[in-house]
Amino acid sequence: MNSLAAAASTGEAVQFWILGTVAVVGALCTILMKRAVHSALSLAGTMIVLAVFYLANGAYFLGVVQIVVYTGAIMMLFLFVVMLVGVTAADSLKETLKGQRWLAAGLGVGFGILLIAGIGNASLKEFNGLGDANAGGNVQGLAALIFTKYVFAFEVTGALLITAAVGAMVLTHRERTERTPSQREQSLARIKDGKQVTPLPAPGVYARHNAVDIPGLLPDGTPSELTVNPTLRERGQIRDVSQEALAELKALEQRSQEWLGRGGSESPAAPTTTPAAPKEEAGK
Amino acid sequence: MNPVYYLYLAALLFTIGAAGVLIRRNAIVVFMCIELMLNACNLAFVTFSRLHGNLDGQIIAFFTMVVAAAEVVVGLAIIVTIFRTRHTASVDDASLMKL
Repeated sequence: MNSLAAAASTGEAVQFWILGTVAVVGALCTILMKRAVHSALSLAGTMIVLAVFYLANGAYFLGVVQIVVYTGAIMMLFLFVVMLVGVTAADSLKETLKGQRWLAAGLGVGFGILLIAGIGNASLKEFNGLGDANAGGNVQGLAALIFTKYVFAFEVTGALLITAAVGAMVLTHRERTERTPSQREQSLARIKDGKQVTPLPAPGVYARHNAVDIPGLLPDGTPSELTVNPTLRERGQIRDVSQEALAELKALEQRSQEWLGRGGSESPAAPTTTPAAPKEEAGK
Repeated sequence: MNPVYYLYLAALLFTIGAAGVLIRRNAIVVFMCIELMLNACNLAFVTFSRLHGNLDGQIIAFFTMVVAAAEVVVGLAIIVTIFRTRHTASVDDASLMKL
């Protein structure tokens, strides 16, 4: 614990500069990534780095709580909601207020300069270190404070947590007001609509792929939108087999063209066809 | 290395989070940026705890974590409810109190 006195050791400095870079990059990725899932994962990385910093600063209990509560519970809750909500929730790139993004970035930079200049001007010369405070153990020290000096805040926290749990249940619970339609009623309704009476057609082209993100082809060769899950359609993650085949054919043609061009200069065209075949096999 | 660099890092992370709240439109990402700001504050609290040599800063950081957990639960519930009625998680579209 004596290493937690005023100045940090060289090892801590190395750790700080490496992990600090990771934390800042993770934070930047959080606000710059387009998909919410990537943002959530970057933020989880930043939080793990912060947990290591808490440990390095002598806050052993908080470091563990940070991993358990933040990266374990809160970020997973975020991911859960992203999976529930975020399917169609790609950020729109249209600006409602003109120039808002640049203005916001400028304000952010100004705010950062203000904060950092404030810290730079503060007289934070000597660090006392946590050697004395952590002498009887970090958890014991925290417990002694929580149950004496901060006991009222602790009680209020309990009330807050209960309120939050009840609030979440009230907000997300939905009372079903109507009866669920039976299978017979559903099929009758389908026939009345007259749109899609039979089950939806299966995805994939049996001769080549049967993956769910590849639309089946109609008799005239055009892909059928109906065969692919609407979620994948929204995300734009559909692979079009006809386009893929065309691109592959074009690449093949170009490769053979290159081969013929090179082979033609040094030898006649007849023997080039035989070595070309295994090369294309390998290229695939 | 002077531990005061932790404070600079906390300020930087807080700034990035604040800029994210202003820039992003997806309500979930805005929420994540708020979490980032709370975490930056916690790092500052822990560093100040080391500066002063007592554990009060760590206690405050602990309470911040509890409040953040409660806030996330309620906030995400609100986002899910808004998504159910409006089918969007963009903060621009939720401009009316009632549909």
